[in-house]
Amino acid sequence: MGLHAYLFLAAVVFSIGLFGVITRRNTIGILLGVELMLNAVNINLVAFSRFHGQTAGMILTVFAIAITVAEVALGLALVILLFRTRRTAIADQIDWLKG
Amino acid sequence: MNGLPVLSIITWAPFAAALVIMAFGRTRPQLVRWSAAIGVAISCVGALWIFRAYDQAAGGWQFGERFDLVPTLGIAYELAADGMSVVMVLLTAIIILAGVFASWTVKTRDQEFYALLLLLVTGVFGVFVSLDLFVFFLFYEIAVLPMYLLIGIWGSSGDVPPRGVFGWAYRRTGVGSKEYAAMKLTLYLLFGSAFILVGILALYVAAGSTSFSLLALEKVKFAPGLQSWVFLAFYVGFGILAAIFPFHTWSPDGHASAPTAVSMLHAGVLMKLGAYGVIRVGMWLLPEATHQWMWLVGFVACINIVWGALSAMAQTDLKYVIAYSSVSHMGIVMLGAATLTETGLNGAVFQMFAHGVMTGLFFALVGLVYEKAHSREIFKMGGFASMMPGIAAAFTIGGLSSLGLPATSGFVAEFLTFLGAWASAHPWWLFPGVIGAFLTSLYVLRVVRAIFWGPKSTDPHFQHLPDAQGTEWVALVLLVFVIVLFGVLPSLAVSPIETSTVPLLMRLGVM
Amino acid sequence: MSARPDSLVLVALLAPAAVFVLLAVVAPLRRSGRLAALISIAGALTALGAAILAWRNLGEDIDVFRHVWAWLPQHEGVLATVGVLADTYSVKMLVLVSLVATLVQVYSLGYLSDEPPAALGRYYMYQSLFAFSMMGLVLAPNFLQLFICWELVGLCSYLLIGFWYRKASAARAAVKAFWTTKAGDVGLLIGIVLLWRMTGTFDFAELEVWAGSQQAGIAGISLIAFCLYLGAAGKSAQFPLHIWLPDAMEGPTPVSALIHAATMVTAGVYLLTRTAFLFELAPDVMTLVAWVGAGTALMAAILACAQDDIKRVLAYSTVSQLGYMMAAIGAGFANAGFLHLLTHGVFKALLFLGAGAVIHAVHTNDITRMGRLAKSMPQTAVVFIIGTLSLAGVPLFAGFLSKEEILGAVLAGGLTVPFVMLAVAAFLTAFYMFRVVFLTFFGTADAGPKGPAYEEPVHARGHHPHDAPAVMTIPLWILALLSMAIGILFMFHHEEPQFESPVWLTPAAVGVGLAGIGLAWLTFQRRSIDGDRLASAMGPLRTAAHAGFWIDDAFLFVYRSVLLVFSRTIGWIDRYVVDGIVNVMSAWTVMGGGRLRRMQTGRVQDYVFGVAVGVVALLIWLGGVK
Repeated sequence: MGLHAYLFLAAVVFSIGLFGVITRRNTIGILLGVELMLNAVNINLVAFSRFHGQTAGMILTVFAIAITVAEVALGLALVILLFRTRRTAIADQIDWLKG
Repeated sequence: MNGLPVLSIITWAPFAAALVIMAFGRTRPQLVRWSAAIGVAISCVGALWIFRAYDQAAGGWQFGERFDLVPTLGIAYELAADGMSVVMVLLTAIIILAGVFASWTVKTRDQEFYALLLLLVTGVFGVFVSLDLFVFFLFYEIAVLPMYLLIGIWGSSGDVPPRGVFGWAYRRTGVGSKEYAAMKLTLYLLFGSAFILVGILALYVAAGSTSFSLLALEKVKFAPGLQSWVFLAFYVGFGILAAIFPFHTWSPDGHASAPTAVSMLHAGVLMKLGAYGVIRVGMWLLPEATHQWMWLVGFVACINIVWGALSAMAQTDLKYVIAYSSVSHMGIVMLGAATLTETGLNGAVFQMFAHGVMTGLFFALVGLVYEKAHSREIFKMGGFASMMPGIAAAFTIGGLSSLGLPATSGFVAEFLTFLGAWASAHPWWLFPGVIGAFLTSLYVLRVVRAIFWGPKSTDPHFQHLPDAQGTEWVALVLLVFVIVLFGVLPSLAVSPIETSTVPLLMRLGVM
Repeated sequence: MSARPDSLVLVALLAPAAVFVLLAVVAPLRRSGRLAALISIAGALTALGAAILAWRNLGEDIDVFRHVWAWLPQHEGVLATVGVLADTYSVKMLVLVSLVATLVQVYSLGYLSDEPPAALGRYYMYQSLFAFSMMGLVLAPNFLQLFICWELVGLCSYLLIGFWYRKASAARAAVKAFWTTKAGDVGLLIGIVLLWRMTGTFDFAELEVWAGSQQAGIAGISLIAFCLYLGAAGKSAQFPLHIWLPDAMEGPTPVSALIHAATMVTAGVYLLTRTAFLFELAPDVMTLVAWVGAGTALMAAILACAQDDIKRVLAYSTVSQLGYMMAAIGAGFANAGFLHLLTHGVFKALLFLGAGAVIHAVHTNDITRMGRLAKSMPQTAVVFIIGTLSLAGVPLFAGFLSKEEILGAVLAGGLTVPFVMLAVAAFLTAFYMFRVVFLTFFGTADAGPKGPAYEEPVHARGHHPHDAPAVMTIPLWILALLSMAIGILFMFHHEEPQFESPVWLTPAAVGVGLAGIGLAWLTFQRRSIDGDRLASAMGPLRTAAHAGFWIDDAFLFVYRSVLLVFSRTIGWIDRYVVDGIVNVMSAWTVMGGGRLRRMQTGRVQDYVFGVAVGVVALLIWLGGVK
């Protein structure tokens, strides 16, 4: 399998994640979409690293995974906080950013 | 006092006082007032000293100080004063000294009020003494921005009924309220600042991006095309602050809403920053464009004079009358500058000084009258002279200076300007100027008669009005004294002014 | 004493100036009233003494002493100077000014004895300022100083007319006087500026040299002369700028005597005398001056006949006499005008002060409510009649010779119609002045339709008018004796005028005067002519005269219905159009913001969608760029 196959896979995963982020009504679902997008990026990094023979990409991926874990923890905490204050996890009903 | 950074002391003394006030003044109103008074008194002494010590025979920039701020960009803290600056610094010092005493009775948030006022003054002093255009611009903004808070918090709202085809917009923007006035003034002046900044940067880049210093830029000969549009940018940018037509409408609203000391400082000094900028930066750095655009400057100035005077005649609110008279008188300043003659330019700078003192006096008096009678409606008042003779006398003297009566400083300024106007390339400029002076005599004496003369008003609110008392006298006596002194001995100011205007005219090649 | 005249006139100038500064700065002194008055009188007396000495030491008529100091600098030189110029004109005028000023200040002590001390102090402060400014005007060696003092005397006039500022009519009259003269001053200012541009100087001596080297009628000189004349016309109450002078009678009567009869109003005449060399270059303007002067003289004489207020009669008479002086100057004989200026200053001050004594005694200005006052106020009656005879141009009195000289001058100038107008005016002058005399001091028991004022209950029942105290009568007598002395002196010692007069002029001049007196006697004393029938015989002229020829109304119309309306229009445009556009822009900005705001749904997913679309668009654009 060449590099292109990995990149294609990453693109598909990214698109699925993006689709999920835009369309899911539940905030948890949105977070899962974000996870997918991040992992798509990780796939890209690993693939490039493998095919270009540079370890830096691998290291960056490890960092990214670690930070993703933190991000998920933070994101879930935010969702719980939102749920507690607004009694909902539906993204459409959370419009604090409205101008 | 050689070696003492006197210009820095003048500039930063009010700032230091502001710091003291913010640090220690929370619960000590007397400390606030006296530190403000001491801070500006230091500036005053410094201003008087440089006024005395300025070597007129030598001329040029004196009392220089300089250290680099950002050497790679050519930004330096560079201060110096020439004859025009010296006179303007003196004016600022006089007005702020009077202003501090005129606002002695501010009650709400006096700590912040005085701190902002002093910060503003630091900016004004800074503009008049900086040579580095970057620092100049910095000070310029410091002078403009506190105005927003000063008017927005301590101002007073008036009532402007929406009328005419644009009436709907008046309801939407809240015309008449102090918040509206503060916002309008700030937006106008920042709009002007944008032009100024563009102009400064354009010159900086065109000169090779090595220095913002006036002394470096003046050696560069800019391309005529560049000069032309940069001059217009400066003219509009600074001109807004000098209330050139049609960018003058911030002035009546702003001055009417502002508290006493702020009106004094704003009409008395800040508007002069505009004219000063046009002369110092625009005309000095861009000689060819000056020749190219003077017809426009003079033409607009003529409109200003007559338009402002006629508008002032139509007002019934005392503060609006004074504010529109400022629009008219700033026209005389710009007219004098536009004549490109020695007498005209001397008259312009002298008028900056004369109008500053006079309008400062006016606003101080309006503040006093309002404080005592709680009214600014000219035609509801009447016969006040018997109750407040001191205020009436001071108002009359201010009015006489305004209409250019000899033995007051207003006459010298107007007379010199008129001489210059007739000697300029557009002699007809004389006539709007003279007509404006006549119209001024109409509206000023009409106001004096309506408020102070005639039978006593029957309104029960106006029965027992006290004259000025205690510290209130300081501003009145000081300003009246200055008006008369410089009217009787004009050479006091004209001699130093000469040392800046003559080199400018030589640079412009008309002398 | 052999002090130089220029030092002496400087003393005369500075004495009242010092008094003014003292009274203005030291408030307790000013509020003390009588002390302030005495200091002011001392200042005026000093000035009078110095002026008389200067006159004596001046010697020959052609001598000129001057002393100037730099006032306004300019590059490598002096733009303008201030100083004193002592020559035959200025010193004579100085004597007149200081004399009348001193007498008026003494007289005022009695006239204003009821005023509170603070007001009295204020009055004397203004008086001192006036004395200083008027002398500064007279002694001015250049146009700029003349203009400065010109405006300052205008200021004093404004302040003193408005001395009783609580009276609405006084406040209005003061402002009116200032505005009207200021309108003329606009002309004067323009004239000075134009002249400076043409010659590069303000100095009279330099200008005279310059004028000597010029041809008559050089380009622009007529405009300049006309502008200067405008200023003179405003101050000296020439048609149509005379409207302020009758109203100026709202001021205290001594003020009217000093400012609005003897000194300030003659400043215009003085200016034209002083700068006659300029006007000679503009013969067309000279003709205008003469015609307007004669017209003013006649018009004001007609108007004076229609007045019942004693002070307004005198005011119109002043306007009329100023017209005489102007006519002489316009005819090219400034000396004749100047001579009349001096004599008129003496006897008109006398008349005003006499009228003041009458008003002080009976508390009314209305001559139809006075009568038979000669019995109760004999001294006042005598001096008033001396003044009247002077004004009517009766021989042996001061006005006779100067008036005749003016008539001769106008005739010699070839101005026949103005001469006839002036002769008619002379007849009317004698008539209206003796009307005042007969109605006030003589008459029958039923003196006027409304009866004598002092019998009215409003004004002090049981109060009988009597001569004023000595402090008021002494100045009157001094002026009366001077009027006669001048008249008699002129009969024996008199410089020959520069023109030939026909032999019939003297009898004719005396004749019209006596005819006027006779008509007044027949009408108001003998009552063999019915005054009402005489008046109604005049028909529309009478209506017009009572309305002041509607000149006031014309000015009022211009002010109220043209200028104020125009200014309100401009004010409205400024507020609702110029500023309206600004507010519309601002409102549009706010509204536009309101529209754009709706894009901000607040839903995170919408934003992410936006970002995604943006990224895709960016990718496509990048691909396109490649």
